[in-house]
Amino acid sequence: MSDVIIRIDDVYKQYRLGSIGGRTLQEDFQNITAKLLRRKDSDTDSAAVKSGERFYALSGVSLDIYRGDTLGIIGQNGAGKSTLLKLLSRVTAPTKGTISYNGRISSMLEVGTGFHPELTGRENVYLNGAILGMNKAEIDRKFDEIVDFAELSQFIDTPIKRYSSGMYVKLAFSVSAHLDADILIMDEVLAVGDVRFQQKCLQKMGAVASNEGRTVLYVSHNMATIRQLCNRCAVLEKGLLKYDGDVASGIEAYLSNQDTDQKVFNDLSDAVRPDFKYGGRSVLKSLELIGKENNYFVNDEKVSFLLEIENREDTDELHLQFSVKSMDEITVATFLSPDVFSVKKDTITRLKVTLDISEIVSGSYKMEIVVAKANHICNFVHYDKISAALCFTKELPTDTSYTLAWKTQKFGYIQNKKITIEKV
Amino acid sequence: MESKENIKFETVIRPKNKWFDLRLGEVIKYRDLVYVFVKRNFSTLYKQTILGPAWIVITEIITTVIYTIIFGNIANIGTNGVPTFLFYLSGNTVWGFFSKCFINTSTTFTSNAAIFGKVYFPRLVMPISVALTQLITFAIQFTLFLCFLVFYVFKGSVSPNYALMPLFFLLVIIMTVMSLGFGIIISSLTTKYRDLTVMISFGITVWMYITPIVYPISIVPDRWRLIFMLNPMSSIVEAFRYLFLGVGELKAGYLIYSSAIAVFAFLFGTILFNRIEKTFMDTV
Repeated sequence: MSDVIIRIDDVYKQYRLGSIGGRTLQEDFQNITAKLLRRKDSDTDSAAVKSGERFYALSGVSLDIYRGDTLGIIGQNGAGKSTLLKLLSRVTAPTKGTISYNGRISSMLEVGTGFHPELTGRENVYLNGAILGMNKAEIDRKFDEIVDFAELSQFIDTPIKRYSSGMYVKLAFSVSAHLDADILIMDEVLAVGDVRFQQKCLQKMGAVASNEGRTVLYVSHNMATIRQLCNRCAVLEKGLLKYDGDVASGIEAYLSNQDTDQKVFNDLSDAVRPDFKYGGRSVLKSLELIGKENNYFVNDEKVSFLLEIENREDTDELHLQFSVKSMDEITVATFLSPDVFSVKKDTITRLKVTLDISEIVSGSYKMEIVVAKANHICNFVHYDKISAALCFTKELPTDTSYTLAWKTQKFGYIQNKKITIEKV
Repeated sequence: MESKENIKFETVIRPKNKWFDLRLGEVIKYRDLVYVFVKRNFSTLYKQTILGPAWIVITEIITTVIYTIIFGNIANIGTNGVPTFLFYLSGNTVWGFFSKCFINTSTTFTSNAAIFGKVYFPRLVMPISVALTQLITFAIQFTLFLCFLVFYVFKGSVSPNYALMPLFFLLVIIMTVMSLGFGIIISSLTTKYRDLTVMISFGITVWMYITPIVYPISIVPDRWRLIFMLNPMSSIVEAFRYLFLGVGELKAGYLIYSSAIAVFAFLFGTILFNRIEKTFMDTV
């Protein structure tokens, strides 16, 4: 594992805030004359310094990337992900620090770079390929493969201004995916294209990364693709590397940081809720865990809480629904209220709810609660819905062989214990 | 992190390029890209036109006809006995190449910001491919000029200096290097100072009128002559006419001066370009 292919060494990237491009000759002349006259307020090169309008998109990031790594880079908007990729693809240079690498880097910061609408698909493949660093012989060799992958052989001699946006992206991705670079940089490339083509792209990228021993750096907000594609994960936060390691814990570190803190008492009256047509007839008021001082649930411990619902209308068939979701919005399990119940106008209903989450594996989760009226033909009329009414962490003892090897990406979030195996 | 010092990397990205590290080898590695860009520049220009590349010749003839009418017939500027049409065609051909090459390279950074912002390739590829595109256009227009020249030679109205004709290639090289040099200087500066884009558009017109394009240098009074020859394009246009039309001035001193300006502009330009290209995306 000591085959370092990229070394990012203490890299800083500074941007100047305010009107950067708007500097005119006049301002610079003023600066130069001020410098020559040695006015004491002008020892630094612009007025921006004085007001401190400088911003570090990256402030000291160091990272070693090994050959064959598929590194997912995640972080909130403005965390410095794209800046890092821009530095790696040499679009701009770091303010401080060095980046060293072996081999050729090809970046797909946005697919279809340099595509010219007037040119045909064929001409654009050559143009785009050359821009991305392939030479003509390489493109000649891969041309058929590229067109086949894009499923566009019929349209290859049509100007791409007549292409649909899907066709355009397919062709663009296809060129990038056939690059022979040692290091591939990808940023949100899967945002377009139909689902089937997206899956095809992911498979191709996975194949590129694993079979051909290439290194892939991938930035996305889509945790599912990060899970599917990457074997390593780096979390950036405000220009700093916050986490570097395996994918599942990286994603958790990133996501758990995003949501509200885990609280025992959750005041739900001001929570964000969708605008339902009949919304507000019965609304969730608060949720308080019973007999707990934190939100950690160990082993078979049940989630037990007191729920307050404020009723503004009479309702006969009130129904509740509790969905446990992973931090990347995958629904793990849903609990339905076994019966409907009646409530009276201008009262507060207090309910004690107990959920058995013993089969849910370790991790951070949030709970979505839906309040609805269930009528006799099983139509639900939504009254209220809160997507993260409660956040909690489930912990299983780590000394069992099960939990050590458990990969949610492969096995899911439920470890079903209703199994018996007997020798017969 | 244990073995931090003993790994050698092929590429190291540093905050700034060294002053003279022009990495021309890298440009050669990307020669296919130059070719593709040149091809693109041509094929996109005349897509969906009926006449296609014929426009290169048509525009040339139309401007020359206009010059002939205005400067030759109305203003009645002398041409030292050369047929007016051929005289203006020669000026037009030379100046057209120089000015287009200069203007198109001067917008390298600003007009390609979208591509430069996404992928890396040696930025010098862009101005080089622009210059090559213009060279090809020039070749077509020069052929047109030669056709008319042959016609007038048979008519007996011009007598070229055949022996000196190989000098033509030198003139083309000087012009290419000079327009590239000035172009990339301007393109590097426009990333910061947009004022220059405005200045260039009328500056090139002014430059044309202080260059002997629509008049021969011989009508310039002697006391102004030296100032006119300070313009590095003057001697080139005059030399071109001397070679092909047999009139004009050809002095080695002036040509050496022009070559020196060209080489200086090119070196200064590439160094400046090299400094700017790394971080221009942040300021453009």
